[in-house]
Amino acid sequence: MWFFLARRVLYAIPILLGVSLVVFLLMKMVPGDAADIMIPPEAPKEVAEMIRARFGLDQPVHIQYVRWLQSMATGNFGTSIFTNQPVGSELFSALSNTFLIAIPAVFVGFTCGVLLGTLAAFNSGTWLDKLFSSMAIAGVSLPHYWVGMVLVAIFAVAFNVLPGQGMGPEGFPGSWDQIKHLVLPVVTLSLIPMGVISRLVRANVLEILSMEFVTALAAKGLRRRDVLLHIMKNAAPSALALMGLQFGYLLGGSILVETVFNWPGSGSLLNLAIFRRDIPVLSATILVLATIFVAINILVDVLQALIDPRIRR
Amino acid sequence: MSDQSPIAALPEIEALKRAVAGKSYWRRVGEQLLRDRLTLSVMLLLSVIIIMVLAAPLFATHDPTVGSVLKRLKSPGYPGHWLGTDEVGRDLWSRILYGGRYSLLCGVLPVLLALLIGGALGLSAGYFGGITNSIIMRSMDVLYAFPSILLAVAICGMLGSGIGNTILALTITFIPPLVRISETVTTQVRAFEFVEAARASGARPLSIMHFHILNNVLGPILVYATSLISISIILAAGLSFLGLGVTPPDTEWGLMLNNLRQAIWVNPLVAALPGAMIFITSMCFNLMSDGLRGAMDVRM
Repeated sequence: MWFFLARRVLYAIPILLGVSLVVFLLMKMVPGDAADIMIPPEAPKEVAEMIRARFGLDQPVHIQYVRWLQSMATGNFGTSIFTNQPVGSELFSALSNTFLIAIPAVFVGFTCGVLLGTLAAFNSGTWLDKLFSSMAIAGVSLPHYWVGMVLVAIFAVAFNVLPGQGMGPEGFPGSWDQIKHLVLPVVTLSLIPMGVISRLVRANVLEILSMEFVTALAAKGLRRRDVLLHIMKNAAPSALALMGLQFGYLLGGSILVETVFNWPGSGSLLNLAIFRRDIPVLSATILVLATIFVAINILVDVLQALIDPRIRR
Repeated sequence: MSDQSPIAALPEIEALKRAVAGKSYWRRVGEQLLRDRLTLSVMLLLSVIIIMVLAAPLFATHDPTVGSVLKRLKSPGYPGHWLGTDEVGRDLWSRILYGGRYSLLCGVLPVLLALLIGGALGLSAGYFGGITNSIIMRSMDVLYAFPSILLAVAICGMLGSGIGNTILALTITFIPPLVRISETVTTQVRAFEFVEAARASGARPLSIMHFHILNNVLGPILVYATSLISISIILAAGLSFLGLGVTPPDTEWGLMLNNLRQAIWVNPLVAALPGAMIFITSMCFNLMSDGLRGAMDVRM
C-alpha cells in the first residue's frame, strides 16, 4: 500500500511540471506581456525597459519559466498588476469560498446520485427506473448556469424565500442568513455530479446484479439488506473515483455558477482577472486549481486502492 | 439487453448469427435505430433544429441585430414578436435562430476536430504501444490535470475572446478524453486474433489500422463523441456566457443568456428562453448518444 502511495505521489511530479509548462506557455501566448498592460504607451523607452527588467521579462523564456516555477513552488504567487496586492491571500480567500459551495454540492450530488442510481437499477425496467434515468440525463444535459438563473427566478424573484446573490453578511460562518445564501448555489452545482454519478451507479449495479455471486448470496439465504451491502461494496470504487473527478470539475466549473450568483470564489476571481488582463492572478489561479485537481485524483486513487486491493498492483 | 440469455450474449455466437443472416454490422445498427422510437424522434427534433438554424434567414421574422427601445422585454405572444423581445427590444425568435448557428458550430466543430486529432493519436498509441503510447498518453495526462471547463476558460481567457479561440479552446479540451477512449478500445481490439493473423500475413500497420482496427473501434468512439457534443454545446455557451466566446454583434445562446441575466428580475420567462434551447439541444445529443450506444451494443 505504501509503495502504491509513493508511486502515485511521485508520478504527480512530472504531471505538475507539465501543467506548469502549459500554464506558462499560455501566459507567453498572451498578446503582449504583463509589462505592456502596466506601461502606458506614451511612457519613455527607458522606463518600459526598467519595468521589464524588474519583472524579469527581458530574460530568455526558459530562464523566465524556471524563475516563475521557483516562485510558484515556494508559495510566492506574485502581486496583482491591477490591485498591487499579493495574489496569494486574495486567491486563498477566494478558494475557501469556492470550497464552501463545492464540498456540500459534491456530497449532495453523490448521495442523491447513488440513491437514484441504485433505486433505478433495482427497479430496472419499471416507471421508477425510467423516471430516474430521464432525470439523470436531464441532469447531465442542463447548462447549470441557466439552472442557477431559473432557480433565482423562482426562489428569489417569484417567491422571495431565498437570497439569489452574494454570500450574505460577513463574520463567523454558520449563521442562518449565511446558510440561506448557500442553498441555491449548492443545489445548482450538485446537479451535474448527481446526474453523472446516478448514471454510473445504475449501470454498475445492474452489471453486478447480473453476476453469479449475487444469486449465490441470495441462495445462501442472506437478507436483502446484506446482499445490498455486497453490491454497494462492489459499486463503490468507481462511484468514488467519479465523485473525486466531479469535485475537481466543480472547482473549475464553479466559475459559471459563481458568476450567476455573484459568489466571491475562485471562479469570480478568475473571471475578474481575465477581464482586467491581470496575468499574475490568472496564471496563479489556474495553476493552483489544477494542482488541487491533481491532488484530488491522488486521493481518489488511494481511497480506491484501500477499498479494492486489486487496484494496488 | 437484460433479457438475453448468457449463451446468446457470447460474441462468437452473435457473430455467427449475423454471418448466417448475411447482414453487415452497420446495417444491423441501422435496423436497431429504426426500431428505437425515442432515438428516432430525438434525431428528428435535432434535424428540425439544425435545418431551422442553418436556414435562419428564411425563418427569421426580424433582423436579429435591430431593436426598438419601445418594445423591450415583451413576453412571448406579443403582436409581431411571437417569442417576445430581449433587453433592447430585438426579436427573440430571430435571435434564437441566428444565435443557434454559433451555438451549434461551437458545439459540433470542436468535437469533430478533436475526434480527428484525438482519434488518430489514440489509435496510434493503442496500436503501436510501447514508447509511442507512453509519450502520447503521458502528455494527455498533463491536459487531464485541468478540469475541462478550467482548461477552456484558461485558453480563452489568455488568448482573448472570439469564435476562433473558442473553437480552439474546446478542441484542445476534448482531445484528451477522445485519445483515452480510442487508445483503450484500440488496445482491446489489437489483442484479437484476426489482427495477429493480418500481421502474420504481411499486412502493413496502416492497412491493418484501416481495415481491421478502425472498423471495430469506430462504434464506441462515435457514441462517446456524440455525448461530448452535448457537453461541448453547454461549454461553448458557457464561455459566451462569461463573455469569452462569441462577441457582439454576433449572437449565441450563451451570450443571449448573459445579456438577459438582469432581465430575470423583470421578465423571467424571456430570460430563460435561450437557456432552454441550450438544454434541449444538449439533451438531444445525449439521448442520441444513448440510442447509438444501445444500437451498437457498446459497453463503456
